[in-house]
Amino acid sequence: MQFLTFSFLTFGEANKTGCSGNPKITLIMKWWKILGIVLLAYTIIAGFLVPAPRLDITNETIRNQYFHVPMWFAMMIILLVSVIYSIKYLRSNKAEHDFIAVESANVGILFGILGITTGMLWAQYTWGAFWNNDPKQTCAAIGLLVYFAYIVLRNSIEEEQTRARISAVYNIFAFPVLIALLYVIPRYTDSLHPGNGGNPGFNMYDLDSKMRMIFYPAIIGWTLLGVWVMEMRYKLRKFEFYNN
Amino acid sequence: MVNLREIAALVKKEALLEWRQRYALNGMMLYVGSTVFICYLSFGIKTKQLVPATWNALFWIILLFTAVNAIAKSFIQERQGRNLYMYQLASPQGIILSKILYNSLLMALLSFIGYTFYTLVLGNPIEDQGLFIINLLLGAFGFSTTLTMVSGIASKAANSSTLMTILSIPVLVPMLLILIKISKNAIDGLERSLVIDEVVILMSVNMMLIAVSYLLFPYLWRS
Repeated sequence: MQFLTFSFLTFGEANKTGCSGNPKITLIMKWWKILGIVLLAYTIIAGFLVPAPRLDITNETIRNQYFHVPMWFAMMIILLVSVIYSIKYLRSNKAEHDFIAVESANVGILFGILGITTGMLWAQYTWGAFWNNDPKQTCAAIGLLVYFAYIVLRNSIEEEQTRARISAVYNIFAFPVLIALLYVIPRYTDSLHPGNGGNPGFNMYDLDSKMRMIFYPAIIGWTLLGVWVMEMRYKLRKFEFYNN
Repeated sequence: MVNLREIAALVKKEALLEWRQRYALNGMMLYVGSTVFICYLSFGIKTKQLVPATWNALFWIILLFTAVNAIAKSFIQERQGRNLYMYQLASPQGIILSKILYNSLLMALLSFIGYTFYTLVLGNPIEDQGLFIINLLLGAFGFSTTLTMVSGIASKAANSSTLMTILSIPVLVPMLLILIKISKNAIDGLERSLVIDEVVILMSVNMMLIAVSYLLFPYLWRS
């Protein structure tokens, strides 16, 4: 019982120590989790307080750069992890790989929804409406549909190994399409979105490189947060799997 | 490795099976025909006022749903016993490539039938017929590469016909957007060099999907 209490305090480190008789109890979190918290705290404080370039139309909404854009970066990184673990699953057939793949996809969906919401808020103040039928918005929404379809596919297969294999196949198959949707199509159409359709992107606004000082840590911070959520859900899933 | 003779034999087998049970083929043709006719009826007397953009969008929507319905059967309707038999006879790579090839041919045929009938009842505002027909072939090829694999995936799950639509539509959207753009160009009769980029993207997306299908299908097949 005492062991359980301690393992709870160590944020799930107990797996490594196991019941081998000498549980190494450390009360500190893993370094990257602390880094994630620090970076996000920095992002939020500096993102709202440090002066940002003042431009027409965008005004203060340029601060969305620290929230909206990193969400999509984090989503892409985490979905890439999902695809890599799907490939690993097909090669190894280990249930753990499938768990990581599905939980990464779930966190990716969460970031996608947050990204599209922050984007809509920004659009309201700069383009004049939450939904503008902009190609980038439409493509992002369709990209999310791909992953909703992935979840539906998973739910419609009963047998665990078949479910893992078939959904891994679909995950890998759909990923190139997501890339095409988010990074190829909007570049070839008339989009209002910064960086697309001939609009100036991030580099243009970045007058004195000050924004980069917050933007890059923000990407790392949000990604680490996503990995953290994914790891916890993965451990829960694994726990349920081995206790049934 | 890819065995060309094997693929040829498999394509021939598909065509033979299709020909022996003609109801499926006839059914698909009837599907195209009746959808076009419904569009005609719903526009009623105002057919002459149909804007080219609407004409274009309607045509591709008809083709999209025809493709989903026609190609869905390539795995979903196959019986379990026959799959087992094929599993012992042919390599998975041979099977997926032959299915893609056969479905492309089938889709090309259906698109031409659809195109002819559509032109007949709803008129034809296209300036550059050549480009439109090239685009039609590209579309047939693209739809079949995507849908063949998705049909294989959906066939493994319960409720596969609904799943087929859910899984394929988001995957098909980028392709559909490019196709509509190229055919808009053909309708307006603009310079062909303007859409070279789009054609290249379409071809590369197709190639990528074929490569991914080729690599992934063995895992799908193994059950």
